[in-house]
Amino acid sequence: MCRTVELRQAVLARNDDGARELRAELAARGTVVVNLLSSPGSGKTALLEAELGLARARGVPVAALTADLATENDARRLARSGAPVKQVLTDGLCHLETAMLREHLAGWLPPDTRLLFVENVGNLVCPASYDLGESLRVVLASVTEGEDKPLKYPTAFGLANLVLVTKADLAVAAEFDEAAFLASVARVNPGVEVLFTSVRTGQGAGVLLDRALAVLDGAEAHRPVMAGAPGHGHSPGHPHAHGPGEGHHHGDDGAHAHPHAPVAERS
Amino acid sequence: MHEMSIATAVVEQVDAAARDHGAVAVEKVRLQVGELAGVVPSALDFCFELACAGTLVEGAKLETEAVAARARCTPCGVEWAVGMPPDLGCPRCGGARVELLAGRELQILGVQWAERPVGASADQEG
Repeated sequence: MCRTVELRQAVLARNDDGARELRAELAARGTVVVNLLSSPGSGKTALLEAELGLARARGVPVAALTADLATENDARRLARSGAPVKQVLTDGLCHLETAMLREHLAGWLPPDTRLLFVENVGNLVCPASYDLGESLRVVLASVTEGEDKPLKYPTAFGLANLVLVTKADLAVAAEFDEAAFLASVARVNPGVEVLFTSVRTGQGAGVLLDRALAVLDGAEAHRPVMAGAPGHGHSPGHPHAHGPGEGHHHGDDGAHAHPHAPVAERS
Repeated sequence: MHEMSIATAVVEQVDAAARDHGAVAVEKVRLQVGELAGVVPSALDFCFELACAGTLVEGAKLETEAVAARARCTPCGVEWAVGMPPDLGCPRCGGARVELLAGRELQILGVQWAERPVGASADQEG
């Protein structure tokens, strides 16, 4: 005779708990995390180079952590801005998880950092499932990638707090249909803001920085459409409490231990 | 291919639950996967078997329950099946204030313990 037990535990509960804790810890010291997601080659690094340069020029303490399967090329590019930059080599893993982020921040992230940009692995599928403790999840798409990209990757675009269109200077050459793209975005994530940028012409220069600073100042990030069903999903911009019966296991005493190092050396 | 990470998370939680319950083995794991969760059940099935190796969950069957995505328009109250790719714009009023009722679930519903390690041959019963 077999025994059956109802668990109703969110599969990613450990990552989600870790992300909530990291977000709270960083918020307590005035740091906001921006998670950048896109397919390879859409221009995350180029945009980030521009935004880091602007942040430095404006005197905003900013740092960047960039993830790739191999090479330190992006870290070298970004470090030219003068901001603290760290390369994460994932050794083939297709996405970042909160525990990895925490491990890399420990002992490295300067305590006065206001904005931490995380350039996720170039991939629109896997990174979408992982809350990294970010307060702003930005999904990028370049004008050469097709107007139906949001429909092809509904999880990534559906959970974005902000959508950035990159390489806007190539829109005419790529015959980019702006209205069709906006309709695709609206279909998977109604109400999300879409901004157009080009690092070549300077269009939209600083928009990402401005949005991130607004969140730092307490502005609410757009709330993506979330399922209200048990086994909570992700709401990158909105840390939320969860009571008993709402989805995951915290042990008999309600506490849950997360052995990990502090995110940075406190000064 | 994040299904391996997902499968590992499932196995870790079920293994921990088995120890909590004093179970020696697991017969079946029931999982709920929403249409918009971004997880491919067949890939997850494949990874699950690999992730189980050497744990109390080894040999367990993974049963996946798909959940169709449904949404409700906050202002006009109409409910609809959003489909895939999803259409989250209200089909009646075209409004953007939408509540997703279901579709992003990714949770372990429950487990069925086994009396003895799954795959143990009958002659071991003595």
